[in-house]
This record gives sequence, structure tokens and C-alpha cells, in this order.
Amino acid sequence: MAEPMRIRATMAGDVADVKVLMNHPMETGLRKDAKTGQLVPAHFIQEVTTTINGAAVLNAEIGGGVSKNPYLGFKVKGAKAGDKVVVSWADNKGDKNSAEATIS
Amino acid sequence: MNALRRNVLKGATGVGAVAVAVAAGLLKPTQAMAAWNKSAFEAKNVSDAMKGLGATSPADSKEISIKAPDIAENGAVVPVEITSSLPGTTSIAIIAEKNGTPLVGNFNLSGGTQGFISTRIKMGQTSLVRAVVNAGGKSYMAAKEVKVTIGGCGG
Repeated sequence: MAEPMRIRATMAGDVADVKVLMNHPMETGLRKDAKTGQLVPAHFIQEVTTTINGAAVLNAEIGGGVSKNPYLGFKVKGAKAGDKVVVSWADNKGDKNSAEATIS
Repeated sequence: MNALRRNVLKGATGVGAVAVAVAAGLLKPTQAMAAWNKSAFEAKNVSDAMKGLGATSPADSKEISIKAPDIAENGAVVPVEITSSLPGTTSIAIIAEKNGTPLVGNFNLSGGTQGFISTRIKMGQTSLVRAVVNAGGKSYMAAKEVKVTIGGCGG
């Protein structure tokens, strides 16, 4: 499941605008397969951690209620161009992924 | 522009392995996983979810604004933006009241992160979307109704 994650981080004044797009099916475990009628097992991201230059800025706990291929946008004051943004997630099956980008 | 974006993405995947190693050392995702608020996320109704979050009887606040469509054509993808201008906002939780499991996410903000979260959520049917904000040790709440024409859960 190590599919790429897209991160875009831009400065708007003194605030960094960070947008993250993760690749994940985000199955709630409540949906039934249309063909077999069986429940599709739950498979969703549980934890997203974000750091800028090593300092935590956002730690999100999410459930199956977030849409497929989750999008996350947030704003950080005090960051500057050239700072390194690292986003990593972990899902309920223990899969992990991480990506980084530079604020421009 | 697009070629540049490709390169950036390639770069990002290349260093991905290193970043994972760093994250494993610094952030300890295993510990973080253990901290996942199971009782709140598996709660089947709003009051249990709130209890799980530790937010009992939050006060209504006009300082929280929820930007979401009045009518969502597709409940599988409902864009929601929450802005809290409460000073000292430390966390923002999103609750879709009539979902099977109402709690959608809880976002803990630290450092210079502002009281703003933008994401996309699933909604099973027309219901209130609630934002529960923790600021200065107190909980505050705001709600907005979103009408859903096609549900995003089950189906």
C-alpha cells in the first residue's frame, strides 16, 4: 500500500497552507460488496501525524467516516519557505506510509 | 508545471523510505496507534462519541464556523472546512450525527497550527455536522445541517 501521497505546502503571508492527499480505500467495515453481499472488511487510516522541521503540528485520529483517498488541509503560522513538512499515516491493518515536501 | 510536479512526486517517494525510518524513531507510530481513541470512534451515537472525546456538554460557540455544502449530491464525498477563532484551540473533532459511527475525526493541533481543518467526509444521510472544539481546556460546539441526496455509507 505504499502508494505516493501528494503534499502541497505554500506560504500565504506568514501562514503556511498545507494540503495533503493520501491514497487509501477507507473502508468502514459497514459496506457490503454489491456482488457477494459480504461485508467489506474495515480498512482505514487511523492516525495521521504531521511535522514541520521535526516539530509536531497536527496529529489527527480519523475513522472510516473520512472519504476515500483522504484530503487534509491545515494552516500553520510561523513556518517559513524551505521548511520541511513530513506527513505519515498508519491504518488499522498496520500499513504505514510517509512522505515529505518543502514549503514553497 | 506538470513536469515539475512529477519530479517533486518522484523525489517524495524516493525519500519515503528514509522518512518512514525517521518517523518510526521519532514519532513512534506504534504507540500512536495504541492511542487511537477506539471507544469514541466505535460509538454508535453522538453522546457516546462526545463522552469518548471527553467533551461533555460543550457550549455553543459562534466563534466556530463550519463551511460545508447545504446540499451534498454525493454523500461519499462531502467537503467540510472548520475554522475556530477561539484562542488556544487545541483540537477540532468532526461528527456526522446520523452516520453508523458518528465520529469522523479528531484533529489535535500543536505548534503554530491555526484553528482550521479542511477535509472530506462520508455521510450516510441528511444530518447535522458538528464541530467540537477544545480551547483553553473547555469544549465548544457548532453545527450545520447538510442535506444528502445519495448516501455514502452502505449503499
